[in-house]
Amino acid sequence: MIQYLTNNHEIVWQALQEHLYLALLPILFGFAISLPLGYLAVRFSWLYHPLINTFGVLYSIPSLALFVFLPVILGTKVLSPVNVVVALTVYTVALLARTVADGLRSVDPVVVQAATAMGYRRTRRLIDVELPIALPVVLAGLRVATVSNISLVSVGSLIGIGGLGQLFTRGFQLFYLEPILVGIILSVVLAAIADLIIVLVQRAVTPWTRAA
Amino acid sequence: MITFEDVVKVYPGGATAVDHLSLELPTGKITVLVGPSGCGKTTSLRMINRMVDPTSGRILIDGRDVTQQDAAQLRRGIGYVIQHAGLFPHRTVLDNVATVPVLLGKTRREARTAALGLLERVGLTADFAKRYPAQLGGGQQQRVGVARALAADPPIMLMDEPFSAVDPVVRAQLHAEFLRLQQDLGKTIAMVTHDIDEAIKLGDHVAVLRTGGRLAQFATPRELLAAPADDFVASFVGRDRGLRSLSFDSAAELPVRPVDGIELDDAGRPVGLPGVFTKDDSLRVVTDLVISSPGGVAVRVGPDGAADGLVSHHDLADYLASRRS
Ligand SMILES: Nc1ncnc2c1ncn2[C@@H]1O[C@H](COP(=O)(O)OP(=O)(O)O)[C@@H](O)[C@H]1O
Ligand SMILES: [Mg+2]
Repeated sequence: MIQYLTNNHEIVWQALQEHLYLALLPILFGFAISLPLGYLAVRFSWLYHPLINTFGVLYSIPSLALFVFLPVILGTKVLSPVNVVVALTVYTVALLARTVADGLRSVDPVVVQAATAMGYRRTRRLIDVELPIALPVVLAGLRVATVSNISLVSVGSLIGIGGLGQLFTRGFQLFYLEPILVGIILSVVLAAIADLIIVLVQRAVTPWTRAA
Repeated sequence: MITFEDVVKVYPGGATAVDHLSLELPTGKITVLVGPSGCGKTTSLRMINRMVDPTSGRILIDGRDVTQQDAAQLRRGIGYVIQHAGLFPHRTVLDNVATVPVLLGKTRREARTAALGLLERVGLTADFAKRYPAQLGGGQQQRVGVARALAADPPIMLMDEPFSAVDPVVRAQLHAEFLRLQQDLGKTIAMVTHDIDEAIKLGDHVAVLRTGGRLAQFATPRELLAAPADDFVASFVGRDRGLRSLSFDSAAELPVRPVDGIELDDAGRPVGLPGVFTKDDSLRVVTDLVISSPGGVAVRVGPDGAADGLVSHHDLADYLASRRS
């Protein structure tokens, strides 16, 4: 395996970068979309259940199906990485919008009222009070979304889009175990590191959750 | 001064929470709104800082209708304390207290320095500054809540059952500190409680509300005990109101008889008695002593602690009877 790595480090490195990019870009987009959606689902409570149900349905679409059908809907090329980014953004939103909504709903209404009574206006209250208190729940959702995206990128490789999954397909084509092993190990390590980073960030930004 | 002018609040859904309430809360005094659960106390309080807007009628602060003022701006000038303190769990004690000054545009640094002084004022040492609310007991959280409400030095404080979530010992402590603080600060305070004893102890004035949000009586605690307006108020202040009203009467005029039959030490101080009273105590204290002391007498002492008079059951009964006529 070491042998394989030294001989193919450029290919592996390239695949790793693509993998990271394809997994994390949707996290950024998804997060940016989920924040307002989750907020709206709490602000207008009649929206909560319709939104949650829609996201639930979206999340249950098999990823392979989504990768294959998106080009039809978007008019993109079948092998375009845009398909993976869009598909994973959909999954991220399906997961995170609900998490943001649940996080905001977890904020004690008494605390929100106290903030209002002290003279917070709505937007600043959201930024200074509600979102920070919702953060532990939101970050927990972010961990799930990140790890799940990293594993889903590999599915994209089945239809020929980049990432570490390419190593699997190469291995299968060549009846050659090493690239498969390297691909599996690297994607697991990648997921573990990403997860660890989020945990560390969470510890740094929510010290109060450990106070008791 | 806070003025309620014929205020009505009907919630959507039909419940009349406050029914034609007219009331004046004098500047610099504690006015307590008291009444059974659901009688519209919280609603009345929240109409002052526009957390709730009245259905009809007006609420004026120093002559200005609150509904004509920007709600957030208005609220920054009104301290607000609630039952479970409602502290921000994600902020340290110091930053909780610094909240309103920061909203008003002070730098975090300035606000924190001022907050530190306030913590001391409410009886918390600087050790608490860096803690989070979850690391505090109920009484401590309540103190932080009071400090947070005082931080921008608002002339008005609204307090909704501020002391009901703590145990009786802590509550008594908080009461005493609260009264001391108010003596220094002289805020215009509107406080809500369902506990008539608390109302009588803390209020300069007490507004008794009845279910349906109507004012039953507005009076000083003393008047309330001496002359309840109707049966509802009488039963709400309780059967022992006669005894409790003695808290407001000084023992200074109570005649005493010469000290006799009491064991004294060299300095003339009584020995082995559970309690004594002074001219500064209330008749309630004397009554308690007379009833609970073994010999049925209460001993009065002077400033030096030396016994200077005795009061018996009979003496006290005669005195109370004489005051009635
Ligand atoms: N937001 C609300 N919506 C509808 N009804 C309410 C609301 N808040 C209070 N009420 C009703 O108004 C009445 C007075 O409530 P409240 O002012 O909270 O009383 P208190 O503080 O004296 O217990 C109650 O009957 C209560 O159920
Ligand atoms: Mg209430």
